[in-house]
Amino acid sequence: MILRYTRDHEWIRVEGNIGTVGISDYAQQQLGDVVFVELPEPDREVRKGEQAAVVESVKAASEVYAPVSGRVIEANDRLVGEPELVNRDPEGEGWFFRLELADAGELDGLMDAEAYRAYVESLD
Amino acid sequence: MSDLATTPLHALHRELGARTVPFAGYAMPLQYEGIVAEHRWCRAHAALFDVSHMGQLRLRGAAAARALERLVPADLEGLAVGRGRYTVLTNAHGGVVDDLIVGRDGADTFFLVVNAARKTADLAHLRAHLPAEVTLKTLFAERALLALQGPEAEAVLRELLPGVEALFFMDAAWFTWEGVALRVSRSGYTGEDGFELSVPAEAAETLARRLLADPRVRPAGLGARDTLRLEAGLCLYGHELDEDTTPVEAGLAWSIGRRRREAGDFLGAEVILRQLREGPPRRLVGLRPEGRAPLREGAPLRHRGTPVGRVTSGAFGPTVGGPVALGHVRADLAAPDTLLESELRGRPLAVRVVPLPFVPHRYRRRGARP
Repeated sequence: MILRYTRDHEWIRVEGNIGTVGISDYAQQQLGDVVFVELPEPDREVRKGEQAAVVESVKAASEVYAPVSGRVIEANDRLVGEPELVNRDPEGEGWFFRLELADAGELDGLMDAEAYRAYVESLD
Repeated sequence: MSDLATTPLHALHRELGARTVPFAGYAMPLQYEGIVAEHRWCRAHAALFDVSHMGQLRLRGAAAARALERLVPADLEGLAVGRGRYTVLTNAHGGVVDDLIVGRDGADTFFLVVNAARKTADLAHLRAHLPAEVTLKTLFAERALLALQGPEAEAVLRELLPGVEALFFMDAAWFTWEGVALRVSRSGYTGEDGFELSVPAEAAETLARRLLADPRVRPAGLGARDTLRLEAGLCLYGHELDEDTTPVEAGLAWSIGRRRREAGDFLGAEVILRQLREGPPRRLVGLRPEGRAPLREGAPLRHRGTPVGRVTSGAFGPTVGGPVALGHVRADLAAPDTLLESELRGRPLAVRVVPLPFVPHRYRRRGARP
């Protein structure tokens, strides 16, 4: 299992060739109460850095980008009825979508948990 | 944020864990616990807001009422001492320089509370139009302003200031609290019953701590203030109101005094009176977008493909439990239940015109007088 983070505060957990994507705890704190999530359709091909989902808090909308390229295989439909899961468990039950990686080599450019923690600290 | 001004409660906000944002040149608390929790607390209990960034001014002079009436369409000569009124400063073409509360503290003394972002514009406007015998004193640095809002506000405040329970909506009175002169107005910006407390800057933190010591009171930030006022259908300057929007278009015709309509003796009266007679070209409406995604400010409004207006404020309404918005729309399409279209991230979205407010006001109004 590999866990990686992007500078835009998405995380991706990779097992085999499948990656699960969500937003980090820091991101959900910054957003505040999440009230709506727009998820990608299964089978959609996304490229690394492309907008794949939208998360709306009370105050504002934010885009969620694909950390790596791939084909979406599943979206977390629970978020449609319970968008607050993103706040409650951002790196667990509040995941957004799963994708089949096109190129596992793209993970190399992302941060591991330690590097991401240091990155977040540098922002505050 | 080093070039931002701070309010006398800045240290307290930090201690309470507020996330601050720049607003009108001030570092202001956006939220503490979270916007939704603070919003709900205000509707159920009592929320304390720091609104010290707003401009407080005292206007004094013989015939001050008459002088100020040249600049606002409200009836001020008929305003009793101890009463306040919501009104707008109008410009020569009927647009709004700012919206404000004017309270009458004496026969020739008025207490004004204006928007933070409009202080400079308001001062220039007032100084340009008021006669020399009316003096204007800004209390910007001298006084802080706290808003205690919610159904438990009265029960909390009367323990500190016995007598506040006698005030009705838009009444104001001066109280002495631990040797400090407080101006208490039964008003607010949430749609709930509540009070606004003008307090000398140096006593603001002590007062805020005393209020927060009551378990019925929790701090709330600008985020909740915005969702509360939006659900209450209240205008926010720079969104629903600006120099090119008349009070008639903004749904504020109710604030224009009858005597003032007959006399037409205020700035911009020609345009405003014509709109009262013939109807304005556009009106402020409440909007409910379909689904759960909030529609934001600037979103277009169309009717059968024709542009007919735009969204002026939009958010998720925690009490409504869904997205709510305000917008300006062509006047013939302003009736409740009119169906409009908007656009969200490139896709069409159905929007329904609904009556305002989204959440009923719960002001403690003076009963019908005999």
